[in-house]
Amino acid sequence: MTRFLAITRTEMLILRRNRWLLVATLIMVLFALALTFAGSAPTGTLGVDMLTVSVASMTTLSVYLAPLLALMIAFDAIAGDVDRGSLSLLLSYPAGRGEILLGKFTAHLAALTFAMAVGFGTAGAVAAWFGGAGPESLMALLRLILTSTLLGAVFLALGYLLSALARGATAAAGLSAGLWLVFVVLYDLGLLGAVVMDQGGTFTQSVFPWVMVANPADAFRLWNISATEGVAMASGMTGAAQALPAWAAPASLLIWPVLGFAMARAAFRRVEP
Amino acid sequence: MTDKALTITQVCKDRGKTRVLNGITLSLAPGQRVALLGHNGAGKSTLIKSILGLIPIEGGAIQIGTATPGSAQARRDTAYLPEAVSFHPALTGREQLTLFAKLSGSKADVPGLLDRVGLSDALDRRIGAYSKGMRQRLGLAQVLLGQPKVALLDEPTSGLDPISRQDLYAIIDELAAQGTAVLIASHALTEVEARTDRIAIMRKGRMVADDTLNNLSALAGLPIRLRVRASTNPDALAAELGGNRINGASVELLCSPDDKMEALRRIAGMGEAVADLEMTPPKLEDLYRHYAQEDLQ
Repeated sequence: MTRFLAITRTEMLILRRNRWLLVATLIMVLFALALTFAGSAPTGTLGVDMLTVSVASMTTLSVYLAPLLALMIAFDAIAGDVDRGSLSLLLSYPAGRGEILLGKFTAHLAALTFAMAVGFGTAGAVAAWFGGAGPESLMALLRLILTSTLLGAVFLALGYLLSALARGATAAAGLSAGLWLVFVVLYDLGLLGAVVMDQGGTFTQSVFPWVMVANPADAFRLWNISATEGVAMASGMTGAAQALPAWAAPASLLIWPVLGFAMARAAFRRVEP
Repeated sequence: MTDKALTITQVCKDRGKTRVLNGITLSLAPGQRVALLGHNGAGKSTLIKSILGLIPIEGGAIQIGTATPGSAQARRDTAYLPEAVSFHPALTGREQLTLFAKLSGSKADVPGLLDRVGLSDALDRRIGAYSKGMRQRLGLAQVLLGQPKVALLDEPTSGLDPISRQDLYAIIDELAAQGTAVLIASHALTEVEARTDRIAIMRKGRMVADDTLNNLSALAGLPIRLRVRASTNPDALAAELGGNRINGASVELLCSPDDKMEALRRIAGMGEAVADLEMTPPKLEDLYRHYAQEDLQ
Protein backbone atom coordinates (compact mmCIF):
# COMPACT_ATOMS: atom_id res chain seq x y z
CA MET A 1 0.00 0.00 0.00
CA THR A 2 2.69 2.48 0.96
CA ARG A 3 4.99 1.49 -1.89
CA PHE A 4 3.67 4.16 -4.24
CA LEU A 5 4.40 6.72 -1.52
CA ALA A 6 8.06 5.65 -1.55
CA ILE A 7 8.11 6.37 -5.30
CA THR A 8 6.31 9.67 -4.68
CA ARG A 9 8.88 10.74 -2.10
CA THR A 10 11.76 9.92 -4.44
CA GLU A 11 10.15 11.74 -7.37
CA MET A 12 9.56 14.83 -5.21
CA LEU A 13 13.22 14.73 -4.25
CA ILE A 14 14.23 14.59 -7.91
CA LEU A 15 11.95 17.52 -8.84
CA ARG A 16 13.42 19.60 -6.04
CA ARG A 17 16.98 18.56 -6.75
CA ASN A 18 16.95 19.24 -10.48
CA ARG A 19 15.35 22.66 -9.84
CA TRP A 20 12.19 21.82 -11.82
CA LEU A 21 9.97 22.90 -8.96
CA LEU A 22 11.81 26.20 -8.54
CA VAL A 23 11.83 27.03 -12.24
CA ALA A 24 8.18 26.08 -12.77
CA THR A 25 7.04 28.12 -9.78
CA LEU A 26 9.11 31.09 -10.93
CA ILE A 27 7.64 30.90 -14.43
CA MET A 28 4.11 30.82 -13.02
CA VAL A 29 4.71 33.77 -10.69
CA LEU A 30 6.36 35.92 -13.35
CA PHE A 31 3.77 35.28 -16.07
CA ALA A 32 0.83 35.69 -13.69
CA LEU A 33 2.20 38.98 -12.33
CA ALA A 34 2.96 40.32 -15.80
CA LEU A 35 -0.56 39.49 -17.03
CA THR A 36 -2.18 40.95 -13.95
CA PHE A 37 -0.49 44.29 -14.43
CA ALA A 38 -0.77 44.35 -18.23
CA GLY A 39 -4.43 43.32 -18.13
CA SER A 40 -5.59 45.72 -15.43
CA ALA A 41 -6.69 48.43 -17.87
CA PRO A 42 -10.33 47.42 -18.56
CA THR A 43 -11.37 47.41 -14.88
CA GLY A 44 -13.17 50.72 -15.05
CA THR A 45 -15.10 50.12 -18.26
CA LEU A 46 -16.41 46.71 -17.20
CA GLY A 47 -17.20 47.70 -13.63
CA VAL A 48 -15.56 44.66 -12.01
CA ASP A 49 -12.72 44.49 -9.52
CA MET A 50 -9.13 44.00 -10.55
CA LEU A 51 -8.90 40.40 -9.29
CA THR A 52 -11.69 39.38 -11.68
CA VAL A 53 -9.82 40.81 -14.65
CA SER A 54 -6.64 39.24 -13.40
CA VAL A 55 -8.30 35.80 -13.17
CA ALA A 56 -9.63 36.19 -16.72
CA SER A 57 -6.12 36.95 -18.01
CA MET A 58 -4.57 34.13 -16.01
CA THR A 59 -7.17 31.68 -17.35
CA THR A 60 -5.89 32.39 -20.85
CA LEU A 61 -2.33 31.97 -19.60
CA SER A 62 -3.03 28.71 -17.86
CA VAL A 63 -4.49 27.10 -20.99
CA TYR A 64 -1.03 27.31 -22.52
CA LEU A 65 1.20 26.96 -19.49
CA ALA A 66 -0.43 24.19 -17.43
CA PRO A 67 -0.28 21.58 -20.24
CA LEU A 68 3.24 22.68 -21.13
CA LEU A 69 4.60 22.37 -17.60
CA ALA A 70 2.84 19.03 -17.12
CA LEU A 71 4.23 17.56 -20.34
CA MET A 72 7.69 18.84 -19.44
CA ILE A 73 7.82 16.55 -16.40
CA ALA A 74 5.77 13.67 -17.76
CA PHE A 75 7.57 12.89 -21.03
CA ASP A 76 10.61 11.49 -19.16
CA ALA A 77 8.66 9.43 -16.61
CA ILE A 78 8.87 6.05 -18.38
CA ALA A 79 11.05 6.62 -21.44
CA GLY A 80 13.78 8.20 -19.28
CA ASP A 81 13.97 5.14 -17.04
CA VAL A 82 14.07 2.89 -20.10
CA ASP A 83 16.94 4.96 -21.55
CA ARG A 84 18.88 4.84 -18.30
CA GLY A 85 18.28 1.11 -17.99
CA SER A 86 16.90 1.52 -14.50
CA LEU A 87 13.32 0.50 -15.35
CA SER A 88 14.07 -3.23 -15.44
CA LEU A 89 15.54 -3.02 -11.95
CA LEU A 90 12.61 -0.98 -10.64
CA LEU A 91 10.15 -3.48 -12.12
CA SER A 92 11.96 -6.42 -10.51
CA TYR A 93 10.83 -5.05 -7.12
CA PRO A 94 7.44 -5.94 -5.62
CA ALA A 95 5.87 -2.62 -6.68
CA GLY A 96 3.45 -3.11 -9.58
CA ARG A 97 3.46 -0.96 -12.68
CA GLY A 98 0.25 0.76 -11.61
CA GLU A 99 1.82 1.62 -8.26
CA ILE A 100 4.93 3.05 -9.93
CA LEU A 101 2.83 5.20 -12.26
CA LEU A 102 0.57 6.32 -9.42
CA GLY A 103 3.60 7.23 -7.30
CA LYS A 104 5.06 9.38 -10.05
CA PHE A 105 1.67 10.94 -10.82
CA THR A 106 1.11 11.92 -7.17
CA ALA A 107 4.52 13.60 -6.94
CA HIS A 108 4.23 15.39 -10.27
CA LEU A 109 0.70 16.58 -9.53
CA ALA A 110 1.75 17.88 -6.12
CA ALA A 111 4.59 19.82 -7.73
CA LEU A 112 2.27 21.27 -10.37
CA THR A 113 -0.29 22.23 -7.73
CA PHE A 114 2.41 23.99 -5.74
CA ALA A 115 3.61 25.98 -8.77
CA MET A 116 0.03 26.92 -9.73
CA ALA A 117 -1.05 27.87 -6.23
CA VAL A 118 2.02 30.01 -5.59
CA GLY A 119 1.96 31.63 -9.04
CA PHE A 120 -1.76 32.44 -9.26
CA GLY A 121 -1.94 33.09 -5.53
CA THR A 122 0.80 35.72 -5.67
CA ALA A 123 -0.73 37.46 -8.68
CA GLY A 124 -4.19 37.26 -7.10
CA ALA A 125 -2.94 38.77 -3.86
CA VAL A 126 -1.27 41.61 -5.74
CA ALA A 127 -4.42 42.28 -7.78
CA ALA A 128 -6.62 42.23 -4.69
CA TRP A 129 -4.26 44.63 -2.90
CA PHE A 130 -4.20 47.17 -5.69
CA GLY A 131 -7.65 46.88 -7.21
CA GLY A 132 -9.88 45.21 -4.67
CA ALA A 133 -11.52 41.80 -4.54
CA GLY A 134 -14.88 40.35 -3.54
CA PRO A 135 -16.09 36.93 -2.46
CA GLU A 136 -16.98 36.16 -6.04
CA SER A 137 -13.58 37.01 -7.47
CA LEU A 138 -11.85 35.07 -4.69
CA MET A 139 -13.96 32.04 -5.62
CA ALA A 140 -12.91 32.57 -9.25
CA LEU A 141 -9.26 32.55 -8.17
CA LEU A 142 -9.67 29.31 -6.22
CA ARG A 143 -11.52 27.78 -9.15
CA LEU A 144 -8.70 28.81 -11.45
CA ILE A 145 -6.11 27.08 -9.26
CA LEU A 146 -8.23 23.94 -8.95
CA THR A 147 -9.05 23.68 -12.65
CA SER A 148 -5.45 24.44 -13.66
CA THR A 149 -4.37 21.52 -11.51
CA LEU A 150 -6.96 19.30 -13.19
CA LEU A 151 -5.79 20.45 -16.60
CA GLY A 152 -2.22 19.67 -15.53
CA ALA A 153 -3.34 16.21 -14.39
CA VAL A 154 -4.81 15.54 -17.85
CA PHE A 155 -1.56 16.37 -19.57
CA LEU A 156 0.56 14.50 -17.00
CA ALA A 157 -1.43 11.36 -17.81
CA LEU A 158 -1.22 11.97 -21.57
CA GLY A 159 2.52 12.63 -21.17
CA TYR A 160 2.95 9.23 -19.46
CA LEU A 161 1.02 7.64 -22.31
CA LEU A 162 3.42 9.12 -24.88
CA SER A 163 6.39 8.27 -22.65
CA ALA A 164 5.30 4.61 -22.64
CA LEU A 165 4.64 4.52 -26.38
CA ALA A 166 7.78 6.37 -27.53
CA ARG A 167 11.11 4.71 -28.22
CA GLY A 168 13.28 6.80 -25.93
CA ALA A 169 13.00 10.08 -24.06
CA THR A 170 13.91 12.26 -27.05
CA ALA A 171 11.09 10.81 -29.11
CA ALA A 172 8.74 11.23 -26.15
CA ALA A 173 9.70 14.92 -25.89
CA GLY A 174 8.96 15.40 -29.58
CA LEU A 175 5.60 13.67 -29.35
CA SER A 176 4.72 15.77 -26.29
CA ALA A 177 5.44 18.98 -28.17
CA GLY A 178 3.15 17.74 -30.97
CA LEU A 179 0.42 16.83 -28.48
CA TRP A 180 0.58 20.28 -26.90
CA LEU A 181 0.34 21.96 -30.28
CA VAL A 182 -2.69 19.87 -31.30
CA PHE A 183 -4.71 20.27 -28.09
CA VAL A 184 -3.89 23.87 -27.29
CA VAL A 185 -3.51 25.54 -30.70
CA LEU A 186 -4.53 23.48 -33.74
CA TYR A 187 -7.78 22.07 -32.27
CA ASP A 188 -9.22 25.55 -31.76
CA LEU A 189 -8.01 26.74 -35.14
CA GLY A 190 -9.73 23.77 -36.75
CA LEU A 191 -12.97 24.48 -34.90
CA LEU A 192 -12.79 28.12 -35.83
CA GLY A 193 -12.38 27.18 -39.46
CA ALA A 194 -15.38 24.83 -39.26
CA VAL A 195 -17.57 27.49 -37.68
CA VAL A 196 -16.64 30.03 -40.36
CA MET A 197 -17.39 27.50 -43.11
CA ASP A 198 -20.71 26.54 -41.52
CA GLN A 199 -21.91 30.14 -41.24
CA GLY A 200 -24.17 29.66 -38.25
CA GLY A 201 -25.79 26.39 -39.42
CA THR A 202 -26.66 23.31 -37.35
CA PHE A 203 -22.98 22.51 -36.71
CA THR A 204 -22.40 25.82 -34.99
CA GLN A 205 -25.69 25.61 -33.10
CA SER A 206 -25.58 22.09 -31.68
CA VAL A 207 -22.42 20.13 -32.51
CA PHE A 208 -19.71 22.74 -32.10
CA PRO A 209 -20.06 23.35 -28.32
CA TRP A 210 -19.80 19.60 -27.61
CA VAL A 211 -16.78 19.11 -29.85
CA MET A 212 -15.22 22.07 -28.12
CA VAL A 213 -15.86 20.85 -24.59
CA ALA A 214 -14.39 17.43 -25.49
CA ASN A 215 -10.98 19.10 -25.59
CA PRO A 216 -9.75 19.40 -21.97
CA ALA A 217 -8.06 22.74 -22.67
CA ASP A 218 -11.33 24.22 -23.94
CA ALA A 219 -13.30 22.58 -21.13
CA PHE A 220 -10.96 24.33 -18.72
CA ARG A 221 -11.63 27.67 -20.39
CA LEU A 222 -15.40 27.13 -20.47
CA TRP A 223 -15.59 26.05 -16.83
CA ASN A 224 -13.79 29.16 -15.59
CA ILE A 225 -15.75 31.45 -17.86
CA SER A 226 -19.25 30.10 -17.39
CA ALA A 227 -18.91 29.99 -13.62
CA THR A 228 -18.31 33.68 -13.12
CA GLU A 229 -20.21 36.35 -14.96
CA GLY A 230 -17.45 38.90 -14.49
CA VAL A 231 -14.79 36.63 -15.90
CA ALA A 232 -17.01 35.85 -18.86
CA MET A 233 -17.48 39.54 -19.59
CA ALA A 234 -13.77 40.22 -19.21
CA SER A 235 -12.84 37.44 -21.62
CA GLY A 236 -15.71 37.99 -24.04
CA MET A 237 -16.50 34.28 -24.40
CA THR A 238 -20.09 33.89 -23.29
CA GLY A 239 -21.72 32.43 -26.40
CA ALA A 240 -20.26 28.95 -26.36
CA ALA A 241 -20.65 28.63 -22.61
CA GLN A 242 -24.39 29.35 -22.76
CA ALA A 243 -25.03 26.64 -25.36
CA LEU A 244 -23.96 23.85 -22.99
CA PRO A 245 -25.38 22.48 -19.75
CA ALA A 246 -23.39 23.58 -16.70
CA TRP A 247 -22.03 20.09 -16.00
CA ALA A 248 -20.43 19.59 -19.44
CA ALA A 249 -17.12 21.37 -18.86
CA PRO A 250 -16.49 20.03 -15.32
CA ALA A 251 -17.38 16.51 -16.50
CA SER A 252 -14.91 16.72 -19.38
CA LEU A 253 -12.12 18.01 -17.14
CA LEU A 254 -12.78 15.34 -14.51
CA ILE A 255 -13.11 12.41 -16.93
CA TRP A 256 -9.95 13.22 -18.91
CA PRO A 257 -7.39 12.60 -16.13
CA VAL A 258 -8.97 9.21 -15.31
CA LEU A 259 -9.17 8.25 -18.97
CA GLY A 260 -5.62 9.45 -19.65
CA PHE A 261 -4.24 7.57 -16.64
CA ALA A 262 -6.00 4.37 -17.69
CA MET A 263 -4.55 4.66 -21.19
CA ALA A 264 -1.06 5.37 -19.82
CA ARG A 265 -1.39 2.38 -17.49
CA ALA A 266 -2.38 0.13 -20.39
CA ALA A 267 0.51 1.35 -22.53
CA PHE A 268 2.98 0.97 -19.65
CA ARG A 269 1.87 -2.66 -19.19
CA ARG A 270 3.11 -3.42 -22.70
CA VAL A 271 6.56 -1.85 -22.21
CA GLU A 272 9.31 -4.49 -22.19
CA PRO A 273 12.29 -3.07 -20.32
CA MET B 1 10.78 -29.88 -6.99
CA THR B 2 10.24 -27.42 -4.19
CA ASP B 3 13.70 -27.94 -2.69
CA LYS B 4 15.09 -26.02 -5.68
CA ALA B 5 15.47 -22.25 -5.40
CA LEU B 6 14.99 -21.83 -9.14
CA THR B 7 13.57 -24.28 -11.67
CA ILE B 8 13.49 -23.57 -15.39
CA THR B 9 11.85 -26.19 -17.61
CA GLN B 10 11.82 -26.17 -21.41
CA VAL B 11 11.50 -22.40 -21.69
CA CYS B 12 11.00 -20.91 -25.15
CA LYS B 13 10.85 -17.26 -26.18
CA ASP B 14 10.36 -15.79 -29.65
CA ARG B 15 11.36 -12.34 -30.70
CA GLY B 16 9.84 -11.68 -34.08
CA LYS B 17 10.60 -14.78 -36.14
CA THR B 18 13.76 -15.76 -34.31
CA ARG B 19 13.61 -18.10 -31.34
CA VAL B 20 15.85 -16.42 -28.76
CA LEU B 21 15.33 -19.05 -26.06
CA ASN B 22 14.90 -22.63 -27.21
CA GLY B 23 14.01 -25.33 -24.70
CA ILE B 24 16.11 -23.97 -21.84
CA THR B 25 16.21 -26.22 -18.77
CA LEU B 26 18.19 -25.26 -15.69
CA SER B 27 17.79 -25.54 -11.94
CA LEU B 28 19.59 -24.03 -8.98
CA ALA B 29 19.62 -25.40 -5.44
CA PRO B 30 19.72 -22.97 -2.50
CA GLY B 31 23.26 -21.70 -1.93
CA GLN B 32 24.47 -22.79 -5.35
CA ARG B 33 26.57 -20.47 -7.50
CA VAL B 34 26.12 -21.05 -11.21
CA ALA B 35 27.92 -19.23 -14.00
CA LEU B 36 25.88 -18.58 -17.13
CA LEU B 37 28.20 -18.19 -20.09
CA GLY B 38 27.63 -17.43 -23.74
CA HIS B 39 28.43 -15.00 -26.54
CA ASN B 40 26.69 -11.67 -26.83
CA GLY B 41 23.21 -12.40 -28.09
CA ALA B 42 23.23 -16.00 -26.85
CA GLY B 43 20.14 -15.24 -24.76
CA LYS B 44 21.60 -14.78 -21.27
CA SER B 45 19.93 -11.45 -20.52
CA THR B 46 16.67 -12.61 -22.10
CA LEU B 47 16.68 -15.67 -19.84
CA ILE B 48 17.30 -13.49 -16.77
CA LYS B 49 14.50 -11.12 -17.73
CA SER B 50 12.12 -14.05 -18.20
CA ILE B 51 13.04 -15.35 -14.74
CA LEU B 52 12.16 -11.90 -13.38
CA GLY B 53 8.85 -11.97 -15.22
CA LEU B 54 9.76 -8.77 -17.07
CA ILE B 55 9.11 -10.38 -20.43
CA PRO B 56 6.55 -13.10 -21.24
CA ILE B 57 7.69 -16.54 -22.37
CA GLU B 58 6.07 -18.58 -25.14
CA GLY B 59 6.52 -22.04 -23.69
CA GLY B 60 7.81 -23.97 -20.70
CA ALA B 61 7.73 -22.99 -17.05
CA ILE B 62 9.81 -21.05 -14.55
CA GLN B 63 9.47 -21.35 -10.78
CA ILE B 64 11.18 -19.34 -8.06
CA GLY B 65 10.74 -21.72 -5.17
CA THR B 66 7.09 -22.44 -5.83
CA ALA B 67 6.16 -18.98 -7.13
CA THR B 68 5.70 -17.98 -10.77
CA PRO B 69 7.78 -15.13 -12.25
CA GLY B 70 6.27 -11.67 -11.78
CA SER B 71 4.08 -12.72 -8.82
CA ALA B 72 4.43 -10.69 -5.64
CA GLN B 73 6.11 -13.62 -3.90
CA ALA B 74 8.60 -14.14 -6.73
CA ARG B 75 9.49 -10.45 -6.82
CA ARG B 76 10.18 -10.51 -3.09
CA ASP B 77 12.36 -13.59 -3.45
CA THR B 78 14.51 -12.42 -6.34
CA ALA B 79 17.29 -9.87 -6.45
CA TYR B 80 18.58 -8.51 -9.74
CA LEU B 81 21.65 -6.64 -10.87
CA PRO B 82 21.14 -5.40 -14.45
CA GLU B 83 23.96 -5.18 -16.94
CA ALA B 84 25.61 -1.72 -16.81
CA VAL B 85 23.16 -0.60 -14.14
CA SER B 86 22.36 3.10 -13.78
CA PHE B 87 20.19 5.20 -11.52
CA HIS B 88 18.72 8.67 -11.52
CA PRO B 89 21.73 11.03 -11.41
CA ALA B 90 19.99 13.54 -9.14
CA LEU B 91 19.63 11.12 -6.22
CA THR B 92 22.27 10.21 -3.67
CA GLY B 93 23.32 6.63 -3.02
CA ARG B 94 21.55 6.66 0.32
CA GLU B 95 18.29 7.96 -1.17
CA GLN B 96 18.33 5.44 -4.00
CA LEU B 97 18.97 2.49 -1.69
CA THR B 98 16.33 3.72 0.77
CA LEU B 99 13.79 3.69 -2.08
CA PHE B 100 14.69 0.11 -2.98
CA ALA B 101 14.52 -0.94 0.68
CA LYS B 102 11.02 0.56 0.99
CA LEU B 103 9.89 -1.08 -2.25
CA SER B 104 11.15 -4.47 -1.14
CA GLY B 105 9.42 -3.97 2.20
CA SER B 106 12.52 -4.91 4.17
CA LYS B 107 13.88 -3.10 7.18
CA ALA B 108 17.38 -2.46 5.89
CA ASP B 109 20.47 -0.92 7.39
CA VAL B 110 21.14 1.34 4.41
CA PRO B 111 24.44 2.91 5.59
CA GLY B 112 25.65 -0.54 6.67
CA LEU B 113 24.92 -2.02 3.25
CA LEU B 114 26.65 0.84 1.46
CA ASP B 115 29.61 0.37 3.76
CA ARG B 116 29.63 -3.33 2.91
CA VAL B 117 30.14 -2.51 -0.79
CA GLY B 118 32.71 0.20 -0.04
CA LEU B 119 30.54 3.26 -0.69
CA SER B 120 30.43 4.72 2.83
CA ASP B 121 32.35 7.82 1.67
CA ALA B 122 29.91 8.43 -1.18
CA LEU B 123 26.76 7.92 0.90
CA ASP B 124 25.41 11.43 0.39
CA ARG B 125 26.96 12.25 -2.95
CA ARG B 126 24.84 12.38 -6.08
CA ILE B 127 24.89 9.27 -8.25
CA GLY B 128 25.57 11.56 -11.22
CA ALA B 129 29.07 12.05 -9.81
CA TYR B 130 29.71 8.30 -9.30
CA SER B 131 32.13 6.34 -11.46
CA LYS B 132 30.92 3.30 -13.37
CA GLY B 133 32.42 1.01 -10.75
CA MET B 134 30.67 2.91 -7.95
CA ARG B 135 27.31 2.59 -9.70
CA GLN B 136 27.96 -1.11 -10.04
CA ARG B 137 28.68 -1.33 -6.29
CA LEU B 138 25.45 0.51 -5.54
CA GLY B 139 23.68 -2.00 -7.75
CA LEU B 140 25.27 -4.77 -5.74
CA ALA B 141 24.18 -3.18 -2.47
CA GLN B 142 20.52 -3.43 -3.53
CA VAL B 143 21.03 -7.13 -4.32
CA LEU B 144 21.86 -7.65 -0.65
CA LEU B 145 18.53 -6.19 0.50
CA GLY B 146 16.24 -8.61 2.34
CA GLN B 147 17.76 -12.11 1.95
CA PRO B 148 16.65 -13.10 -1.56
CA LYS B 149 16.16 -16.77 -2.52
CA VAL B 150 17.59 -16.17 -5.97
CA ALA B 151 20.08 -13.52 -7.07
CA LEU B 152 20.46 -12.86 -10.80
CA LEU B 153 23.61 -10.93 -11.67
CA ASP B 154 24.01 -9.79 -15.27
CA GLU B 155 27.68 -9.07 -16.02
CA PRO B 156 28.40 -8.03 -12.43
CA THR B 157 32.13 -7.45 -12.94
CA SER B 158 31.92 -5.12 -15.94
CA GLY B 159 33.58 -1.82 -15.09
CA LEU B 160 35.10 -3.08 -11.84
CA ASP B 161 38.82 -2.95 -11.07
CA PRO B 162 40.56 -6.16 -9.94
CA ILE B 163 40.26 -5.38 -6.21
CA SER B 164 36.55 -4.63 -6.55
CA ARG B 165 36.12 -7.92 -8.40
CA GLN B 166 37.61 -9.76 -5.46
CA ASP B 167 35.17 -7.93 -3.17
CA LEU B 168 32.32 -8.80 -5.49
CA TYR B 169 33.06 -12.50 -5.38
CA ALA B 170 33.46 -12.34 -1.60
CA ILE B 171 29.95 -10.86 -1.44
CA ILE B 172 28.64 -13.53 -3.80
CA ASP B 173 30.12 -16.18 -1.51
CA GLU B 174 28.39 -14.55 1.45
CA LEU B 175 25.08 -14.59 -0.40
CA ALA B 176 25.53 -18.26 -1.24
CA ALA B 177 26.46 -19.03 2.37
CA GLN B 178 23.16 -17.55 3.59
CA GLY B 179 21.31 -19.86 1.19
CA THR B 180 20.77 -17.63 -1.84
CA ALA B 181 21.08 -19.32 -5.22
CA VAL B 182 23.25 -17.07 -7.39
CA LEU B 183 23.16 -17.04 -11.19
CA ILE B 184 26.00 -15.03 -12.69
CA ALA B 185 25.94 -14.18 -16.38
CA SER B 186 29.49 -13.32 -17.33
CA HIS B 187 32.21 -13.01 -19.93
CA ALA B 188 35.04 -13.08 -17.41
CA LEU B 189 35.83 -16.77 -17.72
CA THR B 190 38.89 -17.00 -15.50
CA GLU B 191 37.00 -15.43 -12.60
CA VAL B 192 33.91 -17.60 -12.66
CA GLU B 193 36.09 -20.67 -13.11
CA ALA B 194 37.33 -20.51 -9.54
CA ARG B 195 34.30 -18.93 -7.96
CA THR B 196 31.29 -20.97 -9.04
CA ASP B 197 29.94 -24.45 -8.35
CA ARG B 198 28.58 -25.10 -11.81
CA ILE B 199 28.90 -23.82 -15.35
CA ALA B 200 26.02 -23.41 -17.79
CA ILE B 201 26.82 -22.43 -21.36
CA MET B 202 24.28 -21.00 -23.79
CA ARG B 203 24.61 -20.79 -27.53
CA LYS B 204 22.03 -19.22 -29.84
CA GLY B 205 19.21 -19.65 -27.35
CA ARG B 206 20.07 -23.24 -26.43
CA MET B 207 21.67 -24.60 -23.30
CA VAL B 208 24.66 -26.54 -24.62
CA ALA B 209 26.33 -27.42 -21.33
CA ASP B 210 25.35 -27.50 -17.66
CA ASP B 211 27.63 -29.28 -15.23
CA THR B 212 30.60 -28.87 -12.91
CA LEU B 213 33.84 -27.79 -14.50
CA ASN B 214 35.43 -31.24 -13.98
CA ASN B 215 32.54 -33.13 -15.52
CA LEU B 216 32.44 -30.74 -18.45
CA SER B 217 36.14 -31.33 -19.10
CA ALA B 218 35.65 -35.07 -18.98
CA LEU B 219 32.61 -34.83 -21.24
CA ALA B 220 34.38 -32.66 -23.75
CA GLY B 221 37.37 -35.00 -23.70
CA LEU B 222 39.73 -32.10 -24.00
CA PRO B 223 43.37 -33.18 -23.59
CA ILE B 224 45.58 -32.40 -20.63
CA ARG B 225 48.74 -30.63 -21.64
CA LEU B 226 52.01 -31.99 -20.24
CA ARG B 227 55.19 -30.02 -20.70
CA VAL B 228 58.36 -31.88 -19.88
CA ARG B 229 61.71 -30.10 -19.67
CA ALA B 230 64.74 -32.26 -20.50
CA SER B 231 67.85 -31.95 -18.38
CA THR B 232 70.30 -32.71 -21.23
CA ASN B 233 68.90 -34.13 -24.44
CA PRO B 234 65.44 -32.93 -25.49
CA ASP B 235 65.58 -34.80 -28.80
CA ALA B 236 65.98 -38.14 -27.08
CA LEU B 237 63.19 -37.25 -24.71
CA ALA B 238 60.89 -36.31 -27.59
CA ALA B 239 61.67 -39.58 -29.34
CA GLU B 240 60.94 -41.56 -26.20
CA LEU B 241 57.68 -39.78 -25.20
CA GLY B 242 56.42 -39.07 -28.70
CA GLY B 243 55.53 -35.40 -28.13
CA ASN B 244 56.45 -32.16 -29.90
CA ARG B 245 59.71 -30.32 -29.31
CA ILE B 246 59.12 -26.75 -28.20
CA ASN B 247 61.36 -23.82 -27.23
CA GLY B 248 64.72 -25.57 -27.18
CA ALA B 249 64.66 -27.68 -24.05
CA SER B 250 61.05 -28.82 -23.66
CA VAL B 251 58.69 -31.43 -25.04
CA GLU B 252 54.96 -30.99 -25.03
CA LEU B 253 52.48 -33.81 -25.21
CA LEU B 254 48.70 -34.00 -24.98
CA CYS B 255 46.93 -36.84 -23.27
CA SER B 256 43.35 -37.66 -22.41
CA PRO B 257 42.28 -37.55 -18.73
CA ASP B 258 42.20 -41.38 -18.66
CA ASP B 259 45.80 -41.68 -19.85
CA LYS B 260 47.11 -39.03 -17.51
CA MET B 261 48.42 -41.30 -14.74
CA GLU B 262 49.99 -43.69 -17.22
CA ALA B 263 51.89 -40.81 -18.85
CA LEU B 264 53.03 -39.48 -15.50
CA ARG B 265 54.36 -42.90 -14.50
CA ARG B 266 56.35 -43.11 -17.73
CA ILE B 267 57.83 -39.68 -17.20
CA ALA B 268 58.68 -40.43 -13.60
CA GLY B 269 60.38 -43.64 -14.73
CA MET B 270 62.80 -41.70 -16.93
CA GLY B 271 64.65 -40.49 -13.87
CA GLU B 272 67.44 -37.93 -14.36
CA ALA B 273 66.59 -37.16 -17.99
CA VAL B 274 63.60 -35.05 -16.86
CA ALA B 275 64.38 -31.72 -15.20
CA ASP B 276 60.85 -30.39 -14.71
CA LEU B 277 57.23 -31.23 -15.42
CA GLU B 278 54.31 -28.87 -15.87
CA MET B 279 50.74 -30.11 -16.17
CA THR B 280 47.89 -27.93 -17.45
CA PRO B 281 44.34 -29.28 -17.25
CA PRO B 282 41.94 -27.81 -19.85
CA LYS B 283 40.98 -24.27 -18.88
CA LEU B 284 37.42 -22.99 -18.87
CA GLU B 285 38.44 -20.93 -21.85
CA ASP B 286 39.15 -24.10 -23.86
CA LEU B 287 35.92 -25.64 -22.64
CA TYR B 288 33.95 -22.52 -23.45
CA ARG B 289 35.38 -22.46 -26.95
CA HIS B 290 34.53 -26.14 -27.31
CA TYR B 291 30.90 -25.79 -26.19
CA ALA B 292 30.01 -22.34 -27.39
CA GLN B 293 31.41 -22.61 -30.90
CA GLU B 294 31.17 -26.25 -31.87
CA ASP B 295 28.07 -27.07 -33.85
CA LEU B 296 26.35 -29.78 -31.88
CA GLN B 297 23.49 -30.46 -34.26
